[in-house]
Amino acid sequence: MLTYVVRRLLLLPLILFGLSLIVFGMIQSLGPDRLLAAYVNPGVLDKLTPVQLEKIKQKYGLNDPMMIRYIKWLKNTLQGDLGWSLVGKQPVKDAILNRLPWTVELALYSIVPVVFVGVWLGVIAAVNRDKFLDHFVRIFAVVGWSFPDFVFGLIVLMVFYSILGWFPPGNLSLWADQVIKSPEFRRFTSIVTIDALLNGRFDVFVDALRHLVAPILTLSWLWWAYLLRITRSSMLEVLTKEYIRTARAKGLAERVVINKHARRNAMIPVVTVGGGMVIQLFAGTVIVEMVFNRTGMGSFTATAATQLDYASIMASTLFYSLILVIGNLVIDILYAVVDPRVRLG
Amino acid sequence: MRVETKRMLRRLLRNPSAVLGFSLLIFFTLVAIFAPLICPPQSYDPYMIPIVTWDKTPQPPSEGHPFGIIDGRDIFYGVIWGTRTAFKVGLTVTLTSTLVGLVIGSIAGYFGGWFDEVLMRITDVFLSIPYILAAIVMTAFLGMGLDKVMISLIIFGWMGTARLIRANILQAREEQYVLAAKALGVSDFLVITKHILPNTIFPVLIQATMRIGSLVITAAALSFLGLGAPVGYADWGALLNFARNWLLGASGEALKYWYAIAYPGTAMVLFVLAWNLVGDALRDAFDPRLRG
Repeated sequence: MLTYVVRRLLLLPLILFGLSLIVFGMIQSLGPDRLLAAYVNPGVLDKLTPVQLEKIKQKYGLNDPMMIRYIKWLKNTLQGDLGWSLVGKQPVKDAILNRLPWTVELALYSIVPVVFVGVWLGVIAAVNRDKFLDHFVRIFAVVGWSFPDFVFGLIVLMVFYSILGWFPPGNLSLWADQVIKSPEFRRFTSIVTIDALLNGRFDVFVDALRHLVAPILTLSWLWWAYLLRITRSSMLEVLTKEYIRTARAKGLAERVVINKHARRNAMIPVVTVGGGMVIQLFAGTVIVEMVFNRTGMGSFTATAATQLDYASIMASTLFYSLILVIGNLVIDILYAVVDPRVRLG
Repeated sequence: MRVETKRMLRRLLRNPSAVLGFSLLIFFTLVAIFAPLICPPQSYDPYMIPIVTWDKTPQPPSEGHPFGIIDGRDIFYGVIWGTRTAFKVGLTVTLTSTLVGLVIGSIAGYFGGWFDEVLMRITDVFLSIPYILAAIVMTAFLGMGLDKVMISLIIFGWMGTARLIRANILQAREEQYVLAAKALGVSDFLVITKHILPNTIFPVLIQATMRIGSLVITAAALSFLGLGAPVGYADWGALLNFARNWLLGASGEALKYWYAIAYPGTAMVLFVLAWNLVGDALRDAFDPRLRG
């Protein structure tokens, strides 16, 4: 157990090192002059004399040999100096800090419907194996899995915004946006729904929620299909086990057998997948935020990519990758703690 | 082996979802092959959707333009030629990245030791960037365009295959027939290509089939974001990008533009569905646990 955890922890810096090499390698594929734009506000850039330009190149070491440039870049990055964001029109660090809460809110709120509905559908399918409900749920799984998130998002947008007018795109309505920017509105957590409740602004809370429903539905859709498949096959396997037969032989009600005995054991593989899924939910926000015109890390990254805002692109890549790497590490260690077969294997 | 193959085919044909998947694939293949007959190209580059009107507002299906017009371009033409784009992207990326994964995974699994350790850590590093993000970022650095999208998807798409084939080879390495071949002095290259790969390749092929659908989605997503195919290129994702712009701007009357989503969207869902069904069916047919 300990060796497993230690090994995984020792690998972490190695992976982060490799990651930094990839990201740095991408930056270096650009020439030093194009790189300047990644460090300095371009408005300022035009007014600079060649001597000043040289100075900036010196500061960021754009003329140095590769090794030294790498070390300098790493130092700047670790100190939080990520350069100037064209898209955000502010330093990359601030741009990210402004947008991060929106994405965290979206991704975290999505976990609840994803897990509950996905597992529920999977259990229903397994319990009703080869009956109508099972076929229905499985067809939903295959079709759902084939539905690109942006196509589904567009349909949601058309139905719930254009036709019904329930869930508008964007982060907040204009008036709510003004409320949260006003000085009386105190930002405790930066997460709007929570702040709104803490400030006693129920109307803002409802408005924020109305803007969240459609993107959450879109994010969840794909993972329902995935999660229900895993739950179903895991449930089917557990249902053949001896202890289930014993439980039934004891005369327990079928509901108790399913809920207490089978479902709990069937959850083990679901939990592992679930952890990775939370990480993927973050990556999924890139598309979803673009479809629903939301401000956040995802749309920031995508816009930066289309406008060739390299400093922002690099920072977002590092950000998403850190979530992935650290998240995976936590899941693996937790899993090793829960399931002894992993650490022995 | 032939009896085995026959039995597998019979099992495939008895599975209704497999039949549906294969029929859809055949349909799309025919559409792709006969695209020049269905929609004769009107410029030197058949993949560019011809501009039929300079009025940018979407126009509903009419005679001559059965799927409607968006951004001045015929949607029907885009959907038909987009089939070719989808095949091109899906097959090229899957084949190339599977091949790369195959080579890396075989070397790691067969030689083991330091080779294995180093190659697998490199795999870990490439896996540490979320796929869609890696594709977006790499494309931005390479410069936009469909070919750049494909390169990016390949660079970050080989790790799954490498891990799978490595695990399979680790198992096969200890089998009697491999040990026998080695004892006879057969070279490493021949042991891998003649003895190990044919016995471990099926899971890889199934995995590749199942990946084609999601690859097409990812590539289209990049076009949808404006990073992939250039404006006017016959690509389902790019067509949907036009639709998004109109939807966001048209509160209350977006139903007017249903055709801009419905046709390219349906084409895409069916295409992906076809590959997923075929992949599922192959997996079920080859899965030894299901064999009677």
